[in-house]
This record gives sequence, structure tokens and C-alpha cells, in this order.
Amino acid sequence: MGMNITEKILAAHSGRPAVQPGELVNARLDIVMCHDVTAPPAISMLQKLGMDSVFDPEKIIVVPDHFVPNKDIKSAELAKRLREWVRKHAIKNYYEIGENGVCHAVLPEDGWVLPGRTVVCGDSHTCTHGALGAFSTGIGSTDLAAAIYSGELWFKVPETIKFVLNGTLPWGVYSKDVILEIISRIGVDGALYKAMEFTGPVIDELSVEARFTITNMAIEAGAKSGIINPDKKTIDYVRARSDEDFTVYTSDPDAVFSEVIEIDCSALEPMVAFPHLPANGRKAKDSRDVKIDQVYIGSCTNGRIEDLRIAADIFRGRKVAENTRCIVVPASTKIWRQAMKEGLFDIFSDARCVVSAPTCGACLGGYMGILASGEKCVSTTNRNFVGRMGSPESEVYLASPATAAATAVTGHITDPREFM
Amino acid sequence: MIKGRAHVYTREHINTDEIIPARYLNTDDEAELAQHAMEDIDHEFIKKVKPGDIIVAGNDFGCGSSREHAIWALRGAGVGCVAADSFARIFYRNAVNNGFPVVECNGISNLVRNGDELEIELQKGILINRTSGKELRFVPLPDFAFKIAEAGGLLQSIKK
Ligand code: SF4
Repeated sequence: MGMNITEKILAAHSGRPAVQPGELVNARLDIVMCHDVTAPPAISMLQKLGMDSVFDPEKIIVVPDHFVPNKDIKSAELAKRLREWVRKHAIKNYYEIGENGVCHAVLPEDGWVLPGRTVVCGDSHTCTHGALGAFSTGIGSTDLAAAIYSGELWFKVPETIKFVLNGTLPWGVYSKDVILEIISRIGVDGALYKAMEFTGPVIDELSVEARFTITNMAIEAGAKSGIINPDKKTIDYVRARSDEDFTVYTSDPDAVFSEVIEIDCSALEPMVAFPHLPANGRKAKDSRDVKIDQVYIGSCTNGRIEDLRIAADIFRGRKVAENTRCIVVPASTKIWRQAMKEGLFDIFSDARCVVSAPTCGACLGGYMGILASGEKCVSTTNRNFVGRMGSPESEVYLASPATAAATAVTGHITDPREFM
Repeated sequence: MIKGRAHVYTREHINTDEIIPARYLNTDDEAELAQHAMEDIDHEFIKKVKPGDIIVAGNDFGCGSSREHAIWALRGAGVGCVAADSFARIFYRNAVNNGFPVVECNGISNLVRNGDELEIELQKGILINRTSGKELRFVPLPDFAFKIAEAGGLLQSIKK
């Protein structure tokens, strides 16, 4: 019986010839990433228990992103604890502000994620990195502490749902629309405990950057991980960033899946996920009556350079509507510099958007764009739960960067094809 | 055996942003987090909850962010156990790693009312509602989860 890519990676990292869904394995970890919210508690736990050591400082990557530059005294204390620990253990791969960004943007961008690797981080959107053919999953702080200390973790081998994305993406429709459609079809627990494997001609056509948007939101369907079999684009992407060896695993033709779901992407249209679940997808063109106070373009979902270019194309020569405000948050320092060089900041500023430093910022209701009660925000992020971006009485609508930019220009939810 | 009074939230997909909103994540102090436990789903929760009380919930409890702060806030508030129709993966995993009792029991949210007195035998997989007299069975956690709990948590169990 064949294995799928997730099973192969877990087998190879737990010293077994094969694994099956449901099996408990102890897997070796190749990359353990830490950020400023979940890592400080993990460090404190280790210190309290007299376990303050790291299994391999080379494999620990530390990217403060949620509340840096520090938003208040408490978050400054968290960042300080993280920094002190990094120094104590001589961890070289630490990203101070000025070179940091949202951890899930920085990690692949700097070549830490390679096909076939196992990657964990104390953050639910760690599933993002599966776009490069790695097994990558979010964990809590205790898990993170165990990973830092021992370099391995227990996993239940997940069942895998295979998504075959057929057809071609119509003009004006992006990978964000695809994943919103998928989550709307299967629900926010439609892939609970499972891996989501994305395949098909639409995936083949997408750029690596656009693929990250899809795997990023696997957790929004309850999944343990999202994964894409590596192809030439993947190899070119990682080879441009790393000289290290890696093993490419791909699913066998006779691999077993708990379900196979086919989607005809040629029929898709720009989508907006209504409050308060990512599964509440509706067509943007049918949602024109929703007036929008704020538009947020950024995050690990859609804050990459391609996303900023798409938004800038719509903003060029236009202005943000009178009663609307727009915040652009490049997801990493490299993206921020690239956008600046390309003149995108001028376009955004001419359109009356503000451009922030790279940070998680308001994506999780941290700072830099918190919503007041009654306010509505179209956001390119991944979660629109109650209170996610501020007041529990505010509303978040998820959309692609194109839809977000078009909405900023009109002040109500807008199908971006009107401006293309 | 776990005994406690039920606080029932039948809604599905109660997420970690509701259990402990991100605006309080600038600390990891359990007592401080506890002040805001369940705040965005039930403002009164922290006033009502007594040590050992049990939260009963619908499907997919604890979905969303990986923040273990959700477990700590509940534990800090005195919650003795969460029993739900089903759990989101990372919340469940965090609970196991903390030795915090969780019971996955499909249908439970319909069979318990606010204030019911519950008794739970974790290892046997039995939940008795003393108020209604109803008894429910569930699949107990795997052995290794109890070993983690006995050791006091995942870290204690792997300490060399
Ligand atoms: S950008 Fe948003 S979703 Fe991504 S890691 Fe930061 S807070 Fe989480």
C-alpha cells in the first residue's frame, strides 16, 4: 500500500519504514520556530523545571512578530525575556526588528523551510509551510518547550483529505478565493485533526507565494497541516534561498486518502468571508451593501510582495473612499524593502493608505489598527472570529488583496473586477 | 473521579479568541489570564465559576489560535474539566500536555443543563449526570495521555 507525502515525512522522521493514520509516533524536528507570544511561557516552564537547555541552537529560529515593535510595557517584557534567552543560549538565528516580520513570512523567505522537513512553531498558522512540501504544524507552549528541549514531539499520524483543484483560475480570482471557497464548503471543522493535501492543475499554475495563502488557512478548517507536493517551482524557490540538502517526498499513486474532494476552480468568483467564521463565504459582487470603515492588507496570509503588487495595481491613480481608512502591513522586512524599491509605498500613500512596519499588528487585534465597536473591516488575514481585530462588537470580513483594495476605494465591499 | 457543576455553552466553534482574547496575551500569568477567562463569550463567567466546575460545550471547542493561554485561563479560573461534543486539535493537544482533563463525548452538550452536577471517571470513560440521572460513555484518552498527567505534564514526563 502506498503512502502520502505526510505519512512519508512522519515515517522518515520517526525511524519507521511506514506509518498509518492513527498511529502515535515520536518525530524528530528539523526546525523549531519561536515568537514573542508563545515562546516566553515555554522558556519560563523550562526554567522552572530546571530544563533550561536547547537541543540544537542551529535549528531554533526566533522571530518576534506579534507585538513588536513593542506595543506596551507588558509586551516589551515578553520580548525582553525572549531576547535574554536567545543570548543565553547563543541562538544565532534571531530576527530583531529591522530584519524581522511575521514569522510565517520570514521562515520560508530565508530558506529555513525545505521540502521533506518537519517544522513546528507555537502558532496555529504554522501549517503555512506545507506549501513547500514540509510537514508543518502549530503547537502550544508546552509542546514548544518540549521541542526546544528534546528536538522531538509526539504526533498522531493524521488522515489526509486530498483536494484536487481543477480548471484554471478566472481573471480577478486568487488563491485566497480558492481557500475561502474550500473552507466554506467543508466548514471550520471540515478537516478536524486531518492533513489537507492540495493538488491539481490550479495548484501547478499558482506561484509559490500564492500557494502559501492556501496552506496558511488549513487550520481554519480545523486541519493539523496543509501540504503541497513539491514541483519544479518549489525546488527553484528553495534553491534560491538555501544550499542545504533535502529529500523530496511525494504521494504515491496508490496513497490512501480519507476523502478526495474535487473543485472546479474555473467557476469561482471573488469571495468574502462574512463575520464571524472563515466558512461564511459569499460572493463579493453580492455583498455591495456592506459599508466598510477599515481595510487591512497584510499578515502571513496575504502580506507578501505579490499581494502588495495586486493591491497597488488597484490603488494606482485612485483614492481610498472618504469614510474609509486603509492600513498596509508588508509581512516582512524584505517584502517591505522590495515594496519600497518598486515604488509601491508612493502608490499607497498617494491613495491615502498608511504603510506600517512589518508586524502581526491588528491581524490578531494586537495594535496598529484596532477596531472600535460597530466598525467593519475588510481584511486579507485569515480569521474573522468575534473580537479578532478589536472590539467584540466589531466585524471582520476576509478577502483577497484585490477585493480589499477595491473595497477601500469604494467604501463598501466590492468585486475587484470592477477596477481591473 | 472528577465532580463538578456544569456551565453549558452549546454553541459550536467556541474559539480561543473568545476563551482568552488576544488583547490579554501580553502576559502569561495564570492568575491574570484567569480574570478574563471566557470573557468574549460570557462576561459573567468569571463571577459564576467555582473551583472544580466543569465547562460543557458543543463541537470544535477551542478552535483557532494555538495559545495555551486558553488552558491556563480556564485552569486559573478553577475549571476542573472541559467536556465537549468535540475539540479543536491544538486545544486538545495542549490539554493533554498540561494534564488538564478533557472529555470528548459526542452529544453531551444536549444532555447537560446549566448547574447540573456531573461526575466523571476519566480512565473508565464514564460520565454521570447526578441531576438528571443520565449516564454517558466516552472513549477514554490513550494511556500515554494519563502517563503525561501522572508525571505532572509533558515536560516532566520527558525530563532527563
Ligand atoms: S499575521 Fe496574524 S495569523 Fe499570521 S501569525 Fe501573525 S497574528 Fe497569526
